[in-house]
Amino acid sequence: MSSASNSSASTATSSRLTFVVGLALLGFLGLIPVLSVVFDDPFLLTLFTRIVIMAIAAVSLNLILGYGGMVSFGHAAYIGVGGYTVGILAFHGVHAAWIQWPLAVIISGVVAALIGLLSLRTKGIFFIMITLAFSQLVYYLGNGAFAYGGDDGLNIMTRSDFGGLLNLDNRPTFYYLCWVILLASIYFVHRTVNSRFGMVLQGARSNDRRMATIGFPVHRYQLTAFVIAGMLCGLAGVLTATFTGFISPAMMHWSRSGDLIVMVVLGGMGSLFGPVFGTVAFLLLEEVLSSWTEYWKIVFGPILILVVLFARGGIDGAMVRGQACTLLAGCAAFFLLYGIHTTYEDQWLIPTLILVAACALAWFAKWEIQRRKNRHD
Amino acid sequence: MTEVLKVSNLVKRFGGLTATDNLSLDLRQGEIHAVIGPNGAGKTTMIGQLIGELRPDAGTIHFMGQDITAMPVHQRSGAGIARSFQITSIFQNFTALDNVALAVQAHDGHSFRFWAEARKDKSLREPAMQALEQVGLAHRADITASALSHGEHRQLEIAMALATKPKLLLLDEPMAGMGPEDSARMVQMLRGIKGSVTILLIEHDMDAVFALADRITVLVYGHAIATGLPDEIRRNEQVRQAYLGDEEAVVE
Repeated sequence: MSSASNSSASTATSSRLTFVVGLALLGFLGLIPVLSVVFDDPFLLTLFTRIVIMAIAAVSLNLILGYGGMVSFGHAAYIGVGGYTVGILAFHGVHAAWIQWPLAVIISGVVAALIGLLSLRTKGIFFIMITLAFSQLVYYLGNGAFAYGGDDGLNIMTRSDFGGLLNLDNRPTFYYLCWVILLASIYFVHRTVNSRFGMVLQGARSNDRRMATIGFPVHRYQLTAFVIAGMLCGLAGVLTATFTGFISPAMMHWSRSGDLIVMVVLGGMGSLFGPVFGTVAFLLLEEVLSSWTEYWKIVFGPILILVVLFARGGIDGAMVRGQACTLLAGCAAFFLLYGIHTTYEDQWLIPTLILVAACALAWFAKWEIQRRKNRHD
Repeated sequence: MTEVLKVSNLVKRFGGLTATDNLSLDLRQGEIHAVIGPNGAGKTTMIGQLIGELRPDAGTIHFMGQDITAMPVHQRSGAGIARSFQITSIFQNFTALDNVALAVQAHDGHSFRFWAEARKDKSLREPAMQALEQVGLAHRADITASALSHGEHRQLEIAMALATKPKLLLLDEPMAGMGPEDSARMVQMLRGIKGSVTILLIEHDMDAVFALADRITVLVYGHAIATGLPDEIRRNEQVRQAYLGDEEAVVE
């Protein structure tokens, strides 16, 4: 009994740690435009704009995946829908943001409602597969839209126009807009998951049958969450299109949906800041790894497996459980990779081998520790 | 005497197996009506149909005079039918109080409220705390459900059912897996709420059944072979043969 209350007390302290680290990370993200000027590195701003936008998408996915237990494998579809709405409107000469943006969000919501209405009749693996199928449908719609570039995509010549209010051609301004939207969406999710609605959503994650028995029409609440997540992700799509000045079916390819799931899982499902941790870690790793080889996923895959093995609950979970070693190992691995990359430039085989050897060693160490502990008990 | 629940000629088949065979049953206001029968007699299938998870192939179910045979699960809950599960199915990562508060919330209007913090909502927390007190679990309110003992899980199950202020409570083996001490406490607790709510009790623990029940129905192969007062059931020759005298059932 006392151990249970102890552990819950320490969980509370550690989740306070996550909270502090999460806020610090968001604060750091707020400094990026300044750092970009100080270090005279415009690419820094480009990279982090992408990170912040994807973090918004990951936050939206976390609402249904992390809190709602709905594994949507088609979330990138809404990035596409949001992006295409802006792109197509711009193509036809509609540049006013107050038309483009709300319309994009609404259409994303409508698409999410249609997909959700059908998908939520299924559960488990069927739900995963059917959301994937729908997102592929949307993907091929984009592919077949020859008027809007088909699979070549479409350039957006003029950025969304906020009148005199905001000039999105100014990169720091655009960055701060994305950053504020990220903060707002995190706060929104925080309020939502702790509200009555959120309690229903979380209850349905662990036991939807029971939820029905105590009197909830579960399906309605799940669908609502699904639509909210779709709309928020649509907004991330708007930002993506505005940022790159380009839309193409590639932005809603199924692998992008997979990336989003990985970001959420890596950061910690059902944690407030988890998706932000996950997105930052994912995209920084991608940046570093892909700079040494186009086969960077060969390295990225084992890293993911390591996270699942050693840090269940992702980065956030490791913090909550106070797995300082795991986190330090993660950071060390990252800098090691970065160092190896700068040393070996184009050779990807050597660092990969080193990494695989390190993984094997870490695994063996964990196994050995476990074995000794068991014998001790 | 008013009938809370009236089941008439209920039939449910799974392929060639008739799990509920022309079952008729009625529950009177405020009574504890026990349904007993050997394993596989179709008790849980019956509960499934009463709660609305299974659709009967024939027959009708009336609740407070209203035909609810085709009513979906969550609406039956709204009408006042609550159930405890045979296999504990609480929300493990919520605290005991969260679990019960969720049950209260289910009967407090719609939950499309996105902003105010549910855990600070007195109109949910106070009735939830009352239900926990009713089952004697108030001192464990802030413990995460996964850290509670098996007996406490069963109590929590009943607190959640009570929190929905039901007119009819379906208890599916509330004493399953309990030690004698916990069982005795549960019997005590059910005695306490007796009269305020009509209870359909499914239970293998015969001591508990005979201590609590006003009437007993014996179910064998989905068919009610006898219904009556505990003493009548104890004396019924057919029942002795089918169930009470059966060594296997005693071992259970």
